[in-house]
Amino acid sequence: MTSNLLADISIFVLSLLVGFEVISKVPSTLHTPLMSAANSIHGIVFVGAMLTAAQAHDTVGYVLAFIAATFAAMNVVGGYRVTGRMLKMFRRAPAPPPRDSTAGAGEGTTSP
Amino acid sequence: MSTIEIVTSLAYLAAAVGFVVGLHLMNSPATARQGSRLSSIGMAIAVAATVARLADDGGITATGWAVLGGGTLLGGIVGLRSADTVKMTAIPQLVSIFNAVGGGAAALVAVADFVRIIGTHDPSFPSRIMVPTALDVIIGAITFTGSLLAAGKLQGWVPGQPLVFPGVRVVNAALVAVMLGGGGYLVAGSHSGWVLVGVVLASLGFGVTMVMPIGGADMPVVISLLNALTGTAVAMAGFVIDNTALIIAGALVGASGAILTKLMADAMNRSIANIVVGGFGTGDSAVSVTAVGGEVRQISVADAAIQLAYASKVIIVPGYGLAAAQAQHEVAQLATQLEQRGAEVSFAIHPVAGRMPGHMNVLLAEANVPYTSLKEMDEVNPEFPQADVALVIGANDVTNPAARRAGTAISGMPILDVDKARHVIVIKRSLGHGYAGIDNELYTDPNTEMLLADAKAGLGELIASVKSLDA
Repeated sequence: MTSNLLADISIFVLSLLVGFEVISKVPSTLHTPLMSAANSIHGIVFVGAMLTAAQAHDTVGYVLAFIAATFAAMNVVGGYRVTGRMLKMFRRAPAPPPRDSTAGAGEGTTSP
Repeated sequence: MSTIEIVTSLAYLAAAVGFVVGLHLMNSPATARQGSRLSSIGMAIAVAATVARLADDGGITATGWAVLGGGTLLGGIVGLRSADTVKMTAIPQLVSIFNAVGGGAAALVAVADFVRIIGTHDPSFPSRIMVPTALDVIIGAITFTGSLLAAGKLQGWVPGQPLVFPGVRVVNAALVAVMLGGGGYLVAGSHSGWVLVGVVLASLGFGVTMVMPIGGADMPVVISLLNALTGTAVAMAGFVIDNTALIIAGALVGASGAILTKLMADAMNRSIANIVVGGFGTGDSAVSVTAVGGEVRQISVADAAIQLAYASKVIIVPGYGLAAAQAQHEVAQLATQLEQRGAEVSFAIHPVAGRMPGHMNVLLAEANVPYTSLKEMDEVNPEFPQADVALVIGANDVTNPAARRAGTAISGMPILDVDKARHVIVIKRSLGHGYAGIDNELYTDPNTEMLLADAKAGLGELIASVKSLDA
């Protein structure tokens, strides 16, 4: 076992613990955006796809790198976009009671 | 260590900080957007640093750049378009698809690495590389087909009922044997590309047979579980190519998925193993219908409107049926109407309402219901006895008092204490069963009245009826 591997394992275990700690505080209201956000974070595999493309020198390598880059880019770009779109809809109660239907300025509309 | 290596390592650290702090900011709806933005900045830093490293290193060929650019463009456009056009009711499908491609990409990183090494003159596979390679390929391939199938079930392309074919256990055992045997063979130092192909195919197959027998009602658990698996696959890919950014991000996602899986399974009082083995609602659990026999009472729209209009505290209980009928905007309108008449209106959300964790909250947020009106089960249950009216729309099993007794299919499942409200109005199309296939004793409760109508149409009539009281 190299010290490099040991360092990687330590990082892995500590990150798991940090993940448990941070995420158990997220309220259930935000569980869907949370999962979508976590989804975009594993889009970091795009970095892996880039390094794969850098190592490729034959057809098989290029094909694998192309598919990996396509998948990963879709994951990371779409993930962040849809998370942002969802979170934009969450709003707190208007402080004074709304007089008219002017509150419908968000993405969704109140009635068809 | 060269300068560029130091710079990229620090950039990966910055990205990891962005992910952790970003996730931390998701603990409140007020800061969640900021969190998502911070996390995306971290991602951009990691990607930019990697581009700089590739350019500096010079090892990447022109074809490599073209392949990378083309793939990024294609994937980016597809991702953007689907994120911008998806309906909020279809979010679980989209999240599943993003999950699938993430897992697929993670598996491909390890496959490409293996293929590259066996192409060299003196291939050597230290187990330090091969253990994570085998795990990454197996887990990544399982999540790829598993998530695609889950998306197909959610979209209705694949029947949502648990599908079980004869001999599925034998097939599963064979697939697991190939996966583990082949994986072990690779770890032991095999150079054979065919062994890897066998492991990939067996894992892809296992993803299908794993999700196939799981019913639609269990989807929140399955999606969470697949999310955790993708995170783990990405972390394994990080071990293969010795990249800390992948290890940290993968571990964070793995932890998040694991927590959500546990929460969802607890909310249904079932073990994760029990769900994965499948069979809920397929008739394998003896359904003991201890029908209390009572009579179901119906209520007219006008009477229901009067009850709601003169209530001072109303709790609305939305279930997936509400989303399926696309009636979230109507229910929001009714809530506003009642609030303007001076009533206190809140929404009681069961953890498994909808098709993924927290799905109902997103649907109501889309309909402009403020998140401050959305209450979790533990928070709202003590409030039911003070509620004048509990309005149940499209929710069934999560309101069934039979869950409090032993001996029913849903015994022990935490439920919303709807039956403790002074009056209960249930909007339901017909007197059918929920997913669990058992009678809902709430419907025969003396305090309950049924408004038999489609959720959207029924709410529309209620809104009009309440409005006419103002005139």
